[in-house]
Amino acid sequence: MTPPLDEVLLRSLTPGVLGVLVRRGADFAAAEDAVQEALVEALRVWPADPPRDPRAWLVTVAWRRFLDATRADAARRRREDLVEEEPQPGPASGVDDTLALYFLCAHPSLTPSSAVALTLRAVGGLTTRQIARAYLVPEATMAQRISRAKRTVSGVRFDRPGDVATVLRVLYLVFNEGYSGDVDLAAEAIRLTRQLAAVVDHPEVAGLLALMLLHSARRVARTAPDGSLVPLAEQDRTRWDTAAITEGVAVLQAALARDRLGEFQAQAAIAALHADAPTAAETDWVQIVEWYDELVRLTDSPVVRLNRAVAVGEADGPRAGLAALAELDDSLPRHAAVAAHLHEAAGDLETAARLYAEAARRAPDLAERDHLTRRAARLNTRPRP
Amino acid sequence: MAKYLLLKHYRGAPAAVNDVPMEKWTPEEISAHVRYMDDFAARLEGTGEFVDAQALAPDGMWVRYDGEGRPPVVDGPFAETKDLVAGWMVVDVDSRERAIELAGELSAAPGAGGEPIHEWLEVRPFLGAAPTVTE
Repeated sequence: MTPPLDEVLLRSLTPGVLGVLVRRGADFAAAEDAVQEALVEALRVWPADPPRDPRAWLVTVAWRRFLDATRADAARRRREDLVEEEPQPGPASGVDDTLALYFLCAHPSLTPSSAVALTLRAVGGLTTRQIARAYLVPEATMAQRISRAKRTVSGVRFDRPGDVATVLRVLYLVFNEGYSGDVDLAAEAIRLTRQLAAVVDHPEVAGLLALMLLHSARRVARTAPDGSLVPLAEQDRTRWDTAAITEGVAVLQAALARDRLGEFQAQAAIAALHADAPTAAETDWVQIVEWYDELVRLTDSPVVRLNRAVAVGEADGPRAGLAALAELDDSLPRHAAVAAHLHEAAGDLETAARLYAEAARRAPDLAERDHLTRRAARLNTRPRP
Repeated sequence: MAKYLLLKHYRGAPAAVNDVPMEKWTPEEISAHVRYMDDFAARLEGTGEFVDAQALAPDGMWVRYDGEGRPPVVDGPFAETKDLVAGWMVVDVDSRERAIELAGELSAAPGAGGEPIHEWLEVRPFLGAAPTVTE
């Protein structure tokens, strides 16, 4: 019996293989197509005939596919030159190649959706069909999005270092997309961030990895069997993934020890304080407010200020939370939801019910809308004294 | 990366600038209109933004449950229904601005005299899936 093919393991070899082809002189778009074909071939052949050295097998097959594809081209001479110069695949440049690939796929000339699609395909090794299903668009649309993205970056020097922050933003977008189709994008984002953390020593990469691990640890507890949202305070904490929390906290502590604080580390610190509380009532809200102050300093984001108002409401009471909220623009997404929550905590149930209903009308997704509608309904149908 | 519905109405939208009913166009004008719509969809497929486009027949009906073991109640079609949806296009775009830009282009489809219809399109954002990080 052959063991079932570990598709994730197979895909983890993608960036290294692609890197070898590009380093041998293949242009990025053609190399990427060739690697995809090699992955498909591996899925077909390996279960019956597993290779001794999977990476070398993929390099050989992908390189052959690349040569086949360029054979008909006018690039024949160039190809023949390449064959003669063909370097031995070695692990030495693997790390640099992987990193260069992340930078390329998150290049600032790409729109966010293009960068996400290209990263999932070229770094993640997912097929166009899988990515299309995950984002609920037709396969032809996703194929075009990817090939346009490849054209956009075709002139970019492959080995030039980029800005890690752009890569992190792309990975964060993938993580936040959650789960739809047959690909768990949150798990995929964690895998890609972990892989990135292995090749680049940067506290914000570690910060993002910690943030993802800590949020993902609570994921099963966030949804009731009927699909409805369970707010943090009401979650069954025994269902949290303690292994993921332990890892997330360790990754975060190592990052914080380097004393180069960034947005993702601060967000992860807040997530860690929630994860650390045995019950919702034991949450260290005072420290959470301090982290939000750091985040405000780092980002000056109105959304962060809004979340800070919630934390202030817990740390210093709902009146203080409402005072913090009063300084913010009420057209902010989720402003009404936060206001409703604070008014409810302050005992003004009439206002809270009205605001929950308003928040439900402005909710950006179905689960949240239903959740807020239920909050409003619960207050509206409460027994009156 | 958000999906928007561009909704076209038979009735119910404010009047278009070039407001001549289709049956009064010339066959060439109708062909030009259809071609414009096809080209538009093909172009969006090329930009990686196309999701779906469908047209609906005007004849609809209302259907509702009528109790255990009973067939559903069917009513209509109602000739006088004020708001009648004609069809839609779904796009997946990076911003609200882009959705508005595309709706503007779709509204410029040629009608009578080969001139843009300037038809009003309803643009509705999808309620997405819940994000992984919320609090």
